[in-house]
Amino acid sequence: MKLMKTLLTAAALTALLGGSVYAKQLVYCSEGSPEGFDPALWSAGTTFDASSRAVYDRLVDFELGGSAIVPSLAESWDISEDGTQITFHLRKGVKWQTTDYFTPTREFNADDVLWSFNRQADAASPWATYVDGASYQYFDSTGFKAAFKSVEKVDDYTVKFTFNSADSTVFVNFPMDFLSIGSAEYAAQLEAAGNMAQFNTLPVGTGGWQYVDYQTDTVIRYKAHPDHWSGKENIDDLIFAITKEPAAAQEALKAGQCDVIPYPIPADVDALAQDPNLVVTQTPGENVGFIAYNTQQAPFDKKEVRQALNMAVNKQAILEGVYSGKAQLAINPLPASSWASDPAGTIGTYDPEAAKKMLADAGVTDLNLKLWWMPVARPYNPNGKRMGELLQADWSAIGVNVELYSADWPVYLEESSKVDRDGAVMIGWGADNADPDNFLGVLLSCAAVGSNNRAQWCNEEYDAKIAAAKATFDQAERAAIYFEAEKIFHEEAPWLLLAHSNQYLAHSKRVLNFKQDPLGFHRFDGVDVAE
Amino acid sequence: MLKFLLKRLALLIPTFIGVTLVAFFFIRILPGDPVQVLAGERGVSPERHAEVMRQLGFDLPLWQQYFNYLTDIFRGDFGTSFASKRPVLYEFFSRFPATVELSLCAIFLATLLGVPAGILAAVNRGKWIDQATMGTALVGYSMPIFWWGLLLIIFFSGYLHWTPVSGRIALNYFFKPVTGFMLIDSLLSGQKGAFTSALHYLILPTVVLATIPLAVIARQTRSAMLEVLGEDYVRTARAKGLPSRRVVALHALRNALIPVVTTIGLQVGVLMAGAILTETVFSWPGIGKWMIESVNKRDYFVVQSGLLLIALIIMTVNLIVDVLYAIINPRIRHQ
Repeated sequence: MKLMKTLLTAAALTALLGGSVYAKQLVYCSEGSPEGFDPALWSAGTTFDASSRAVYDRLVDFELGGSAIVPSLAESWDISEDGTQITFHLRKGVKWQTTDYFTPTREFNADDVLWSFNRQADAASPWATYVDGASYQYFDSTGFKAAFKSVEKVDDYTVKFTFNSADSTVFVNFPMDFLSIGSAEYAAQLEAAGNMAQFNTLPVGTGGWQYVDYQTDTVIRYKAHPDHWSGKENIDDLIFAITKEPAAAQEALKAGQCDVIPYPIPADVDALAQDPNLVVTQTPGENVGFIAYNTQQAPFDKKEVRQALNMAVNKQAILEGVYSGKAQLAINPLPASSWASDPAGTIGTYDPEAAKKMLADAGVTDLNLKLWWMPVARPYNPNGKRMGELLQADWSAIGVNVELYSADWPVYLEESSKVDRDGAVMIGWGADNADPDNFLGVLLSCAAVGSNNRAQWCNEEYDAKIAAAKATFDQAERAAIYFEAEKIFHEEAPWLLLAHSNQYLAHSKRVLNFKQDPLGFHRFDGVDVAE
Repeated sequence: MLKFLLKRLALLIPTFIGVTLVAFFFIRILPGDPVQVLAGERGVSPERHAEVMRQLGFDLPLWQQYFNYLTDIFRGDFGTSFASKRPVLYEFFSRFPATVELSLCAIFLATLLGVPAGILAAVNRGKWIDQATMGTALVGYSMPIFWWGLLLIIFFSGYLHWTPVSGRIALNYFFKPVTGFMLIDSLLSGQKGAFTSALHYLILPTVVLATIPLAVIARQTRSAMLEVLGEDYVRTARAKGLPSRRVVALHALRNALIPVVTTIGLQVGVLMAGAILTETVFSWPGIGKWMIESVNKRDYFVVQSGLLLIALIIMTVNLIVDVLYAIINPRIRHQ
């Protein structure tokens, strides 16, 4: 009897210890705190990593490590011939996460899709203002709101979206974070309890990890959703340890306190790569850094002046001096990896003598240029001041008097958008999605003058091409139209094109199957850790 | 006593109004607004911008916004953070204990080391100990906090692996905060090793934050001690044949400590400034970094209410100290 008792105790202890040994943990040293956990309210990648990418799913998603669109909560979809309707066929048997604060009584169905879209579209919905200052910014700013007409439930597992016009750029919004699918049942419970704000602090989704706890500015804990539709994730405990200082994050990675860090300092990338315990990955950034002239102000309204200024810049020196060689010089206003990037595009010629002559031919002498340099480091431009100094030297060499100017970042953003802004502004863009319109339309269309179109450039021929491409659903046909638009861009030179900055990520060698995302997300689907 | 108390309370009213005015207008003087900042490079249409500004009440005349702000405060509503959509009061008190805990540890360390260092330097005036101590203090006083923090991390955490890089406790300890003070919460959690872990995580941030106050306290102690050591009563004590250690500890130090204690009190402001950088380097979730980020985001409600809350806490502490002082020293309340 005593022996039996001992054996049973030993077996229980083994099982207990075994359980804890096999619980796999991954620590991600995230670069900031999430603004909240309702992805529809926010626009920061840090917030999306912590909310939508961990907890939620969408109807369709970006493929892991790529930007192609793949099924997710919808198994398939049909687009009507006139392009104004999209019907999604939903996956059956998808379970909502069960947490301390919500126990679902049903599986995911069409009601959840309708709720997730209508709460953002309907200004009269109580969810339109469920927290103070609520603003569904992406739903509005991507143009989805303007395009969206209705969503209807065909049956429990089929939903049909209707749009105001045929627009090939609409579909690419569906894998974006702001269109994550929330639980209508959870929302109704919160509404009935008068506690709607909880939707932004205690999330419930169908995604790979469920929320456990968030200690402000310190740590977010998740555990694997045991009933995820694609199977339970390998990592049992996913931890976001918030480490805002990149140098400290690097030390934590080296010391084994982090498994993954998102943004190693570019100058330290080579040293990290030489560490035998670490892996550094890189991907060409889906971003672009550029200088936007104000094409509505003399003499920069003359394309010859803009062309001459572009020709005077030694971009190779900027690539080395500003990006430490960790970027690709831009040949078009959108990343070279895009199917819409014209391979005939070039980085342009560097010829200061020809530039000087071109300015003289245009009748421009004693040219003064106010150059706005960015006061902050951004993924598309790590050192605005250094870039400003290099540009000042290049332009001074052809006789242009350059005044360097900067301002506090919020002021910079606001003032640099204004149509009557004086001078050329250093700025850039990171992709929201993989559609070419996210660069060519958002940054250069006439509709964006006074906001994102900081060149204040409105070219009717270019605009017509962009509009035609949006109305076309055949990718090859769209690409051909975009190639023509890019030719106009090169001829008109509203920008000085600079570079697409590479994105780096570092992780411990014990982390397996991690795929770096070209759109800048940090996803842990399918990731494992070595025993 | 009641009269004294009422007088002190009455003095709080103009201070309170002054703080609300400064806090309210300071953030609004800065160009840019929260909606623009949140939109970033993506921008926001003028219509949408106007709509959100209206929702938040920022379209009203300034005097009306200020009036609403005061009314809300008296109702206990400190507003909602535009950046997080959570009540400012919640945001503040979820961070405040972390800053207080770190500051208390830093001032404790600075006093513990600074006072003996100052005494040692004073009693060895002109000798190498004096020069070494004061030289070190000067280096400490001139130390750029951010750089110093990173240097310590690289050496002690990265190279020697003695201390953790950042955070407040090892990630394998998981418990809900009760007081927000990690040392207390780790004890309350009952988890074995949690308190030691929390202490371990406090070492580097405490050393970094204590560096400047330590230098100031050491220098102040030295100069106060030197002054006192030259006094007649110290000479008399020595003449009586008392041992030197007894003269220093009992006769000189007690009197020299008066200006030192005042200096320690004044270091609170220095700690707040240092906390911003220390919190950044060590990812310490305190109010210093939060306030700076809120200014950058033009999060009006956080800045105006956060500053007010800090001021209210300081005002309350000052009031309590004044009252206690008056109880101890009757001359004060009769002045």
